[in-house]
Amino acid sequence: MKYVDEYRDPKGVHYFREKIEDLMSSSGNGCASTSTTPSISTPSISTPLSIMEVCGGQTHSIVKHGLDQLLPDNIQLIHGPGCPVCVTPSEVIDAAIKIALLPDVVFCSFGDMLRVPGSTKSLLQAKSEGADVRIVYSPMDALNIAKDLSKQGSDKQVVFLAVGFETTAPANGMALYQARKQGIDNFSMVVSQVTVPPAMVAILQNEETAVQGFLAAGHVCTVMGYQQYHAIAKQFQVPIVVTGFEPVDVMQGLYECIRMLVCGEAAVVNQYRRSVTEAGNVTAQRLLKTVFQLQDKEWRGVGSIAQSGLELAEQYKPYDALLRFGVSLEKNGVASPCISGEILQGVKKPDQCPAFGRSCTPESPLGATMVSTEGACAAYYLYRGSELCPS
Amino acid sequence: MSELESKVTFTGECPTAMSASGRVQLAHGGGGKLTQQLIEGLFLPHFSNPALDQQGDGAILNVGEQKIVFSTDSYVINPLFFPGGDIGSLSVSGTVNDLAMMGATPKYLSLGLILEEGFPLSNLDVIVASIASEAKKAGVHVVTGDTKVVDKGHGDGLYINTAGIGVIEHNQAITPAQIAPGDKIILSGDVGRHGMCILSQREGLDFSSELTSDVASIHKPVLGLISKGITLHCMRDLTRGGLATSLLELAQASVLTFALNSDAIPVSNDVRAISELLGIDPLYVANEGRFVIIAPPDQEQSILKVLMHYDVTQGAVTIGEVDTPKPGEEGVVSVINAYGVSRPLSMLTGEQLPRIC
Repeated sequence: MKYVDEYRDPKGVHYFREKIEDLMSSSGNGCASTSTTPSISTPSISTPLSIMEVCGGQTHSIVKHGLDQLLPDNIQLIHGPGCPVCVTPSEVIDAAIKIALLPDVVFCSFGDMLRVPGSTKSLLQAKSEGADVRIVYSPMDALNIAKDLSKQGSDKQVVFLAVGFETTAPANGMALYQARKQGIDNFSMVVSQVTVPPAMVAILQNEETAVQGFLAAGHVCTVMGYQQYHAIAKQFQVPIVVTGFEPVDVMQGLYECIRMLVCGEAAVVNQYRRSVTEAGNVTAQRLLKTVFQLQDKEWRGVGSIAQSGLELAEQYKPYDALLRFGVSLEKNGVASPCISGEILQGVKKPDQCPAFGRSCTPESPLGATMVSTEGACAAYYLYRGSELCPS
Repeated sequence: MSELESKVTFTGECPTAMSASGRVQLAHGGGGKLTQQLIEGLFLPHFSNPALDQQGDGAILNVGEQKIVFSTDSYVINPLFFPGGDIGSLSVSGTVNDLAMMGATPKYLSLGLILEEGFPLSNLDVIVASIASEAKKAGVHVVTGDTKVVDKGHGDGLYINTAGIGVIEHNQAITPAQIAPGDKIILSGDVGRHGMCILSQREGLDFSSELTSDVASIHKPVLGLISKGITLHCMRDLTRGGLATSLLELAQASVLTFALNSDAIPVSNDVRAISELLGIDPLYVANEGRFVIIAPPDQEQSILKVLMHYDVTQGAVTIGEVDTPKPGEEGVVSVINAYGVSRPLSMLTGEQLPRIC
């Protein structure tokens, strides 16, 4: 099985498309007669059902493959905040730039983060001003740069920008674990990690939200499992389907979610069984508990969400670059037309932003949702741009 | 609109191109939007003339009775040596291909070398031998050159510039202006090899299959088509920015719209696998031995038949056609995917892979 071929097969996509159309075209069809007593009022089939795909990778897959265009009009997809680049606070970028511009600092980051604007500029612009900013594909690459520099007798410090959800946290944690274990002292991280479940809860608690069901982030759940989602499904009476990223995954995930909505069920279902188990990757979770601890966290454009971020545990604090270089996070009140926050919470779509395609484009982004390869605005611009932008 | 915003929203009318930072960025060399902005906003206002304004792969010039094509290209590729070629062979085929795309028979090259102090002469020997070998294969002569040396720490080993002269020995006009609705779009072979090969070498990505660049001179099949009297409307070789960028440029230059069938675009399994892994779209990845032909539909089968005879164009296939655009859709290139959904291709933003050629 090649996975990529099978889960992109048009036959599979159209199979689930037809099943979704069947569900949405007549009431009560497709409900298992053995389902538990409906605990939410079955929605009228004529109103749009609103489902949020949490992960930015899922958003891109939907927009790139045009899957939303295959759905009946009474299904609305809402794009979620699962784009770690998008939710990294502007003040974190500013602090990263301050550190990157210091002499004798080699600043490493994934490519995506380089173009995100802080309050005045991006890391890429800092690079063109002389900062030693390097793209790496893994935090271990940054650690190896530190080791090499140390071997050469250099005084340089390597700093890595650690951004992401639970998907990237274990790798970032491992780099820190190894740094401490091997005594690599010329290495530190700017940490801006976030966790998904509190964000889903925050969205559900937002009065303006229309979200009735979720496609949960498949790779976050590969690490963390999905035990945490039962409580959310129960408390808010929303179906949650752990979903992959290929077209057939997304269509199957949507089908399962819509089926539960139509039948009045609120449960957690795992579509992405080839990657996700209920318990998740227990070893990775243990590593996270060793290196990180939960904290309240600021999400760019959204605000503060309780216990939604990871900071370094006590014995790893020496590897915190902000502490090491004496740089603090300074909130800036720069007014901007960017409405990323409303987009990340699913309240607005990118083409409803007055700046979309005008003063905000991938070359000159006003906010992170336009910069990141997983951002909703970038997806709309890249895959729909000429249809949406005014000529 | 604030002063900054008006600079950031680039319209191409300002005589001095202003990126938000006011500095050259790597993306200016990427072949995508920023490169185009630099050309249109900074170079053309200073140099505009009828030959340059065509913005073809080379300039068509009349010298007495003879029509010649003049083209130049610089090579800053990193690494210098890669599976399938090196900076030397690339510096010949790259310029030869630009001349061929204008329908010219490549004849002469100039060779400018910028060497870094300390660069091993043994490496230089290998590269120069490679230049000689590729020139011989292509039937071109290196007739003039220049060498400069810069201090250690500058120049990254070696940079090369080649300029080429070719002669047009037929009466066809092969330019974007010839493209017409109904024309077929033919691709000479699978895409994405060169860029992915360079990336995997540069980043030390260890795959069990070794990707080879598609570096090659492609003038022989082109001249073969012309010599058989086959009508060609336009051609473009696919370098930085890949298939997507070249087609977008042609669609915009011709003010028409192109419709592509995504299933028809050949991508090798190796390239597809690496692209998936790295999240890079092969349609935007550099090639160095691939080109597109846009020709009248009645020429399609003859073209494919001729191309089958040449190694470098064995995999040639029709991938789409040219349409009359609806109002507001001029310059759009859309791709119909396997699910029947059509989406427009966007111009590349930023620097996907620096120092690719």
